[in-house]
Amino acid sequence: MSIAQIKAKIISNQRLNGDYGDLEFESGIIAEQANPGQFLNVRVADVFEPLLRRPFSIHGVKDSKVRILYRILGKGTQALAERKPGEFLDIIGPLGNGFDYQPIAKSEKAKSILVAGGMGVAPLVFLAEKLKNTKPLVLIGARTKNEIICAQEFEASGCKLGLATDDGSLGFHGQVTDLLKTILEKTHPQAIFSCGPQAMLKALCEIGLKNGIDTQLSLEEHMACGLGACLGCVVLTKSGHKTVCKDGPVFTEGELIW
Amino acid sequence: MVKQVKPNLSIKLGALELKNPVMVASGTFGYAQEFKDFIDFKKLGAIVTKTITVKPRQGNLTPRTCETPSGMLNSIGLENPGIEKFIQEKLPFLHKLGIPVVVSIAAEENPDEFVALAQQLDLLAEVSAIELNISCPNLAKNKLISQDAEDTLALTSAVRKVTSKCLIVKLSPNVASIPEIALAAQTGGADALALINTLSGMSIDVYKRTPKLGSWVGGLSGPAIRPVAVRMVWEAYNKIKIPIIGMGGIMDIESALEFFLAGAIAVSIGTANFINPQTSLEIIAGLQQYMLDNNMQNLTQLIGRLKACQG
Repeated sequence: MSIAQIKAKIISNQRLNGDYGDLEFESGIIAEQANPGQFLNVRVADVFEPLLRRPFSIHGVKDSKVRILYRILGKGTQALAERKPGEFLDIIGPLGNGFDYQPIAKSEKAKSILVAGGMGVAPLVFLAEKLKNTKPLVLIGARTKNEIICAQEFEASGCKLGLATDDGSLGFHGQVTDLLKTILEKTHPQAIFSCGPQAMLKALCEIGLKNGIDTQLSLEEHMACGLGACLGCVVLTKSGHKTVCKDGPVFTEGELIW
Repeated sequence: MVKQVKPNLSIKLGALELKNPVMVASGTFGYAQEFKDFIDFKKLGAIVTKTITVKPRQGNLTPRTCETPSGMLNSIGLENPGIEKFIQEKLPFLHKLGIPVVVSIAAEENPDEFVALAQQLDLLAEVSAIELNISCPNLAKNKLISQDAEDTLALTSAVRKVTSKCLIVKLSPNVASIPEIALAAQTGGADALALINTLSGMSIDVYKRTPKLGSWVGGLSGPAIRPVAVRMVWEAYNKIKIPIIGMGGIMDIESALEFFLAGAIAVSIGTANFINPQTSLEIIAGLQQYMLDNNMQNLTQLIGRLKACQG
């Protein structure tokens, strides 16, 4: 596997409901190598303001087309939303380790649960596609119903869905980790795959340890290089500092020190 | 049509010869292997490693980076594996690249560590030059060595005594007079100066009411600091005789040319490695083209060749 810096042609850049966007570009080299949980470091525009690249999870791959999902929150994602089909996007990737999902994908009996918090759905849609033979359960949590996204995409991969909102506007009223706890009273999955805010991942880590379930957590940190060079995005693990961008972004429940 | 001669890009820093004057700056290029999949290292003039200390260092609290207007703050805190592991695990890869390797070093507690590190590196054929990082703003110290002319002179002389390798001293812009410090490093026996390290800065998240960096204060880099860096290179150039490696927000050939015209013999690419890792290679090509277009055969026709504004 090798990392490429490419100029990729934008195929489409659609505004979804609310502040969300879905951008598709053409790149055989990234499509061929991409693993769920890996990400791309994208130069949103050929300007120096905003300066740094922005990391986005690989949201989906179809033939030589790759998708990223984004939410317009600042200058970077605003600039990305303004990019047009036919334009070229400077992308470095695929980056990071990705989820270790092969053991689950190979066994049809394997039960796994995917837990997403807010934008954490981005890499899990790609993972669900790879795991569709095993029909994983997908739990999505968000503050409110408008922030629950991609539910249909998971259903298209044959996943069962559980939803949770902090305000109770859709699904379970409360944290998605509390919804998970109620589910674990009845079932014992082989693995949990997750992506979302730090507080959610920390809670999942404890759940994984307590219940003896292999739990993979995709972390987010401020990044500069995305390559493991600047050491800006380190997290503390049992074997010292590791970079989220290169050693991660996926870590297991046993290795992180919170 | 007159046949154009390919311009000569080679330069000398003390006894060290570089085939071209474009290097990558410490801390922004790791130990090179992180970029191996998509950078043609052989074209670079030299590579400067991430700063090495005697013992392994954990570095500072996260968040360690944040974006600022046309720039970024960082406070990594010199995280590195220490000199022994560096020599065993990082140096062999760097050596194989076939380009000069400049090893950046720093002391954690006592300036004597600089001397010990230099002594150790002096014995290694794989090391082409030593850069003294006496200007890292992220070490929770009240005063940096490069913020005091006497300290800069003393340290540079002490290291000069233990190594015959090319000795580069990297200076801080957080001083009242850069020529004064530059002169001290020259008197101490430096072969070249690296100008500038990052500017001390701070950024605040007003919604959380917290600093954006875990260590509160960090070093500002990127295009935002370029005018400061160009000014300091020009000021130092007018006071000292030894070569200056200019850096600070170089993003493309135009910004690199500013430094050459201000008096730098070489340039170092830092933050741009995060935005476009090809920047240094593009600058080498751009420099060649600029010299061709302006009928320059060698860099002396470019370095410091500033004209006053035409009124």
